[in-house]
Formats: sequence, structure tokens, C-alpha cells
Amino acid sequence: MTVLSVRDLEVTYRTTGGGVPAVRGVSFDIRRGEVLGLAGESGCGKSTIAGAILRLLPEGTDVRGTVLLEGEDVLTMRPGKLRAVRWAGASIVFQGAMHALNPVRRVGDQIAEAILVHQQAGPKEAMVRVGALLEQVGLPPRRISDYPHELSGGQRQRVMIAMALACNPSLVIADEPTTALDVMVQAQVLRLLKELQRELGLAMLFITHDLSVLVEVSDRLAVMYAGKLVEEGPTGQVFHDPRHPYSRALAASFPTIGDGRFRRRPSGLGGDPPDPQAIPSGCPFHPRCPDAFADCPVQEPPLLDAGPGRRAACLLLRAPVAPAGREVEP
Amino acid sequence: MSGDGGRAAPADGAPVLEVRDLQVTFRGRVGLLAGLLGRRGADARAVDGVSLALHRGEVLALAGESGCGKTTLARAIMGLVKPDRGEVLFEGRPIGRGLRAYRRRVQMIFQDPTGALNPRQTIYESVAEGLRIHRVHRGPEGESEEELVARALSRAGMRPPERFFLLYPHELSGGQRQRVVIAGALALEPQVLVADEPVSNLDASVRGEILRLLLELRDTLAISILVVTHDLGLAWTVADRVAVMYLGRVVEEGPAEDVLTRPLHPYTRALLDVVPEAGGIDRPILQGEPPDPTRIPPGCRFHPRCPEVAGGRAAAAGVEAACRGQDLGLEELREGHLAACHLAALHASKDRPVSPPGAPGARP
Repeated sequence: MTVLSVRDLEVTYRTTGGGVPAVRGVSFDIRRGEVLGLAGESGCGKSTIAGAILRLLPEGTDVRGTVLLEGEDVLTMRPGKLRAVRWAGASIVFQGAMHALNPVRRVGDQIAEAILVHQQAGPKEAMVRVGALLEQVGLPPRRISDYPHELSGGQRQRVMIAMALACNPSLVIADEPTTALDVMVQAQVLRLLKELQRELGLAMLFITHDLSVLVEVSDRLAVMYAGKLVEEGPTGQVFHDPRHPYSRALAASFPTIGDGRFRRRPSGLGGDPPDPQAIPSGCPFHPRCPDAFADCPVQEPPLLDAGPGRRAACLLLRAPVAPAGREVEP
Repeated sequence: MSGDGGRAAPADGAPVLEVRDLQVTFRGRVGLLAGLLGRRGADARAVDGVSLALHRGEVLALAGESGCGKTTLARAIMGLVKPDRGEVLFEGRPIGRGLRAYRRRVQMIFQDPTGALNPRQTIYESVAEGLRIHRVHRGPEGESEEELVARALSRAGMRPPERFFLLYPHELSGGQRQRVVIAGALALEPQVLVADEPVSNLDASVRGEILRLLLELRDTLAISILVVTHDLGLAWTVADRVAVMYLGRVVEEGPAEDVLTRPLHPYTRALLDVVPEAGGIDRPILQGEPPDPTRIPPGCRFHPRCPEVAGGRAAAAGVEAACRGQDLGLEELREGHLAACHLAALHASKDRPVSPPGAPGARP
């Protein structure tokens, strides 16, 4: 069953300097019990997608396309309905748990608030549910009356996860949920998220710049560049056998310890991810692409078939006669 | 050093930089917030007796969780933090007197290139700043300041350098900004670079370029590099040797290939286990929070989190009492590979042929 279906999503931010296209036509589905990993570098538009799904973007932002959450279009929902959908239909776990929690309220009350607002229970039942949630995320029940500053970074992130689960959503969006955490704590939180996702059969959109994290938690992997998906497919295949040169470069920048191919051979691309206000012509990746050829600066490739269940947006996939442009270049 | 592909540091005698039994303590009562809340923190022994050597043209990775003391150690090496005990030697002489000359020879590269560059200074000014602070008006062969700046930028991969002189940091990409920071360090012709998480603020696709530059500087200029990082994958990519820190101590040290593929210390194994990998989500993870340097446990400082102790393997081998009560230092358990672990030491002593090499297993 498809929980989330995003079609032709386009998001343009309004600034004094004109429109900035952050997402330029993105489509994907997430089924129940499935984790879709969305990878990409700063400015590629991945967090904007999270904001668009829950309509958390600044007022005046131009959002087009459809976002169907369990069959209903979030983008055209009336405010009352939208409030009901946030937390109860879909919830989000952000990166900086310190800033997402209210510093002067006890964490138990903050979790209970979501339950009370959505009238899923009375005050007494709500606190019982909070106790159960804390246990589920691996926090001792006495933490219910702690303030955020009394918790460690990992514990605060667990509170955020408890909040996200409080109203039994069918979709959880995790936007860089472990980025600010230390290596060991990151592993603990990842494990927890994955276990809860499996146990509750959640659909999950997992957004991060860290491809190696997605390899561990996601079933399918989508790679974003300059506001578009450039590759999508089963996680292992995309990571180990990427079809788009950008995914290939990204995957190569996460070395496998013990693999001699990475030893003393750092690989990376020159240049930066493009500025959304100045996206290159044709394939937006062509200025950094090691395999670019004459057509690349003039023709923007759509997502092309790249094997069973796989798509990639690269002109080299277009036809079997695609010339190897690399050798031709000086 | 064997098993390191033959490209390990040329062991040409004395190390360039040496740290001997260094200890740095932060007093507990200085925290403003803690003071306002009426708290009085215990002293934190951030670095608690570390000895390390960095050889000419060697890349040494200093790895560990946050709070293990790796950044404090790097800062102490730079003379930015005063140690309570121990010393830092550069070319065999203790730093302290002649700190200024030392700081020319040992340059630090920080994590965030955007923060390290003055946004209102041109690239030329940024690179020349170090030269001016150290009053270097001429190069060793009489080069002008402009020539020195151009050479540094060019060595950092910014070519042709003149094209960047009048640009400002915001006109450069993140990778280029880090190159400018490195050029600023290179202008002073250092022998050692101390790089604290040099790529963690860069986009993943750009990191490789900067790491490649660091390796190139080592190969062409024989610069020694101490890379402080939490990322063992990065250590695998660039380091000749790896030292793993836990709670202010180095607990394992040796050739990168050996430490990262055949670790001796359970903590190193735990760190390796949490490096994300396909299908690896079900591997064991150490529980608990990063350790607290204000409360260092007795015995082996890792024992409260050690899976060997918790799993009963230390007890079965008869070393559990030592783990809990007997502090220990690094011991060479394999050639060039040191670890501070009672259990690993026991295993090594069993494996090691007591008879001379060449007659392994000859003992009854």
C-alpha cells in the first residue's frame, strides 16, 4: 500500500532577488513498511521536500505538484484537516533536537501535548501513553519529568522520536536525525529508528547527506542533485553499482575500511554543488562530470530506465550506441 | 613498518614531533553557566598521559569519539593549551622557548574554512597574513611576498594563483576556501600540519579533493600531517598510522592497515563496528553515552563499557580483576602495533613464540 505519493513536486522560494527553484520536478512513492533514503549535498533541495510534504515552508513559497498522503493531497488541504494530518498522519524528526524542544517545559509534557492536541486521549491516558513511548525509545520512565537540558544529545533525539510516534503516524520523515550526534550515539539512534520502523511497519523518508547511513537503513535510495532526482533504485544496487556519475562520485567518497581500492586513494569531485540560483544548462551535473560529452551542456536528461526498478538521469543511458566521450576529450 | 604497503613513513631516526606523557586538565569551576547554576564541576583530565611520535613525511590519524581528548591534544601540540605535565618536542627540542618559530614550522588547519577566513579580506591578504605575523618579508631564496603567496596557492592547487589574489572568500567554493586555508599554512613552509577534522564541514563529493591535496603535500614536500578525526573511513583513506584515543589516553596505536583491519583493543573494534555499512545495522553497538573526563573509572578506563568484560570473556580468561582494578599503558603486542588491554596482552603473550622467530611453535 502506498502511503506517500509525490508527483511533479516543484518548489520555488521567493526572495528579493527573484525566485529560487529549490525542487524542480520530483516524483516518488513510499509504501507501508518501506524506508526511502534521500541523499544529496547541501542545497540540493532534500530538506525542502520534507518541508513541502508537511507544508512547513515559509509563506509565499511557490509549491506545485501533488503530495498524496494516504490518498489525500496535502498541498490543497484546508488548515483544520492539515493540523490533523501533521503528527497523526505524518511526523518529522529534525536534526537539532536541542532547538526543536522547548527548553522550559518538561519533556513528558511536550510529548503529551501532541497527543492532547489531537484528542487521541485524555490527560491521564496521555501520560500513560508517554510512559510507554519513552520505554519504546529506550529512555527510563523517570526521564518524563526532565527538562531538555538535563538530557544528553542522544537522549533528546530519543525524545524527538517519541514525539514523532506519539500519534501513530503512518509516515515518519527523518531529516538528518543523527547528524549532530557522536559516532557511537549515532549508531544507537539509527538502530532505534530502524527497529521502530520495522516493528510499527512505518513508511519512512530518511533524508541525509551521509550516504553510508542510508545504506544501512533504507530499502530504496534516491539521489538528488540540483533540485532533481538523478538516480533511484534498490539501496544496495545504487550504492554498489551506481548508474549516474554523480551517485558514483558520492558513493566513492564513503570508503569501505579494509578495501584496498580506497587506501591512500581519496576520490572526489572538483567544484561545489550548484547554486540553486544559477543551475547549469543541460544536465546540471555536466560541469563536474568526469564523463560529460558534447550533448550534456545542451540536453537535460529525464530519469531513464536503468535496470529493473532502477532509474537514472544520464544521457549515457540513452542509447546503447552512446559514444564514450571521455576518450574523445583532450 | 611491515604490512603497510611499503609506503609508510621512512623511519629515518628521530621523529619531527614528539609528545611525551602529556597531561592537560581543565579546572571544573571555570564554567560560567555551571557557576550561575551553583554547580562546581570536577576537574576534567582531557588528556591524561599521552605519548606520540610523528615522523617526517608521515600521516598519523588521531581518532576517537567526541570528548576523548583528541582536539585538546592537538591544541596542546600547537601550544594553544598549557599542559600540566609532560612535554612537546619539535626536532628533539621542547617547545616553550621559541614558541613563535615553532608555530611557523607547525601549522594548524581547522574544520571550518568559512570561519577561518576573514570575509572582508582578499585571498591574497588571507594567505599573506601568516607571513606578515611572522615578519617574513623575503623567502629563503629572496622571493618577494607576492611570489611566496603565489607559490603557496599554487601548491594548494589554486592555479593560476594570480587569478585568485583579489577574490573574496564568498566568491570561492567550499573546497577552494579550504585550499586557501591550507595555502595560508603552506606559505610559512611548515614541516608539520595539524589538521582538525579537515573535511567534515565540506560536502561529501568535495572531501576527496582536499584529502588528495594533503597526500600530495606529504609526497612532494615531505610534510608530516597529524589528522584529528572521528571518521575511521578517513583514516583508512589517508593515514599511515592510526592512534585511537579513549578518555584522554591512546588505547591503541599502529600501522593503519593493521589497526583498522586487525584491531587489538575492544574499543577500536567497537568504533569500527559503528562505521555504517550495507546490511550492518544488526551488529553490536556499545551502549551508554560518550565517557565523561571528570569521572575516569579505575582500572582499565574502558572497562565499564567493554563488551569483553560484560560478555564474561575477560572473566573466563582470568583478567577481569585486572580490568576493573589495574590501570595500564600501551604495550607492543604485535610489531609496531601497541594496545592497552589486559585481555589482548594475554592473548598476545599466548600467541607469541617465546623461542626465536624461525622456530615458531617449537616449544612443547
